[in-house]
Amino acid sequence: MKIVIIDYDVGNVRSMLNAFKKVGVNPILSNNEEEILSADGVILPGVGAFAHGMENLNKYNLVNTIKKYTNTNKPFMGVCLGMQMLLDESEEFSQTKGLGLISGKVIKLPTKNKSHEKLPHVSWNEIIEKRTKWNNTILKNIEQQSDVYFVHSFITDLKNEDEVLSTTQYSNYEFCSSIKKDNIYGCQFHPEKSGEIGLRIIENFVNICKENIK
Amino acid sequence: MNKIRVIARIDVKNEHVIKGIHLEGLRKVGNPNELAKKYYENSIDEIVLMDAVAAYYDRNSLSEIIQKACEEVFIPITVGGGIRKIEDIQIALNAGADKIAINTQSINTPEFITEATKIFGSQCIVSSIVAKKISDNKWEAYTDNGREPTGKDVVEWAKTVEKLGAGEIMLTSIDKEGTKKGFDIELNKAVSEAVSIPIISSGGMKNSDDALELLLNTNVDAIATASTLHYKLESISDIKQKLTLNGIKVRV
Repeated sequence: MKIVIIDYDVGNVRSMLNAFKKVGVNPILSNNEEEILSADGVILPGVGAFAHGMENLNKYNLVNTIKKYTNTNKPFMGVCLGMQMLLDESEEFSQTKGLGLISGKVIKLPTKNKSHEKLPHVSWNEIIEKRTKWNNTILKNIEQQSDVYFVHSFITDLKNEDEVLSTTQYSNYEFCSSIKKDNIYGCQFHPEKSGEIGLRIIENFVNICKENIK
Repeated sequence: MNKIRVIARIDVKNEHVIKGIHLEGLRKVGNPNELAKKYYENSIDEIVLMDAVAAYYDRNSLSEIIQKACEEVFIPITVGGGIRKIEDIQIALNAGADKIAINTQSINTPEFITEATKIFGSQCIVSSIVAKKISDNKWEAYTDNGREPTGKDVVEWAKTVEKLGAGEIMLTSIDKEGTKKGFDIELNKAVSEAVSIPIISSGGMKNSDDALELLLNTNVDAIATASTLHYKLESISDIKQKLTLNGIKVRV
């Protein structure tokens, strides 16, 4: 089985690589179109600013490659900024267009209560199941309210609530913490940094890729 | 309320974990990778690796330790000590670090923080502030692992680093560091009230009683301890249990 982690100079890919190795897969780090299109599963990692992420995807001609890949309905997972870029656009710094694979936009995490309105949201926090059930997804056999690790100031505001796989509460605001649309997944948290729970999510993704080959 | 992070602080000198008092009189206490792995398995929330001597040798030598740690430790890792250039940050991130703590270089060149956050994002840049009390409710920022006074007021400096774009502050009290006499509550109160970015409080923790006193009286977001864990004064699960029983939310 071939898993490709997209390499476009945005953030820490080594942890992602190590997490896959830990669950028994040796992924390839690449920004080559052929390599990506021939993969059984693709990960789009990324931290930092939305515009910078999109700029680098464009620099490596990855926008069309990602669209071609996801059109095949093979499993794809964006993590943190990699999830946010799946949406139509972001309001971070200036309006920037995203990949447009998920309808909605990226907005600043609204905070209310003065004493707890810290941003970025850097914390372990709980994920909660909504309309879309977790069985047969990357969150299969993950307990309700499991703690995963977040570090972000922006969130995804989805048009279609059925694509919200989990939500998380911060400062009295409930935001979308993971996405599922067919075989496209997104995690606002970092599964590669979320201890044993995170490794199980990555293992679930690997299993989805395996089943998809059959 | 946000979940409070319990962080293991591992100070490293020449491949050994070291621990001193007031950041001085350093003693070897173990192997950094063995300790990082052990604390991870015992459900620590995050690990801070500090090169204790890098700042005054002008180098950072943690790459191998970070690389090895990342193969077994799947929680956030912050790296600091001797970070002077953008390239130093890139090397530490490539080795597997998630966040970079910066002190000395930002005092010398405050714009370094802004430059670093523009490239790597605010979430990646932790301002390490080392504070020494000079009078009632007044602290001075120190550099070079607590050796050099800077003349900067800690609370003002904290506001400045927030404006410069730092995503977090790691606040270390030199007066309390290594003493196991509890956190400097007034210092943590003053800084956490002055800024709205997360604060990691470091220096002075012996056990969960100290953590509790800090967390019930201030608005900090994380506690970092070395002595408690290196000297096995209290287990991570006992610390977390004590906090939970007293209404402080933590990751279980």
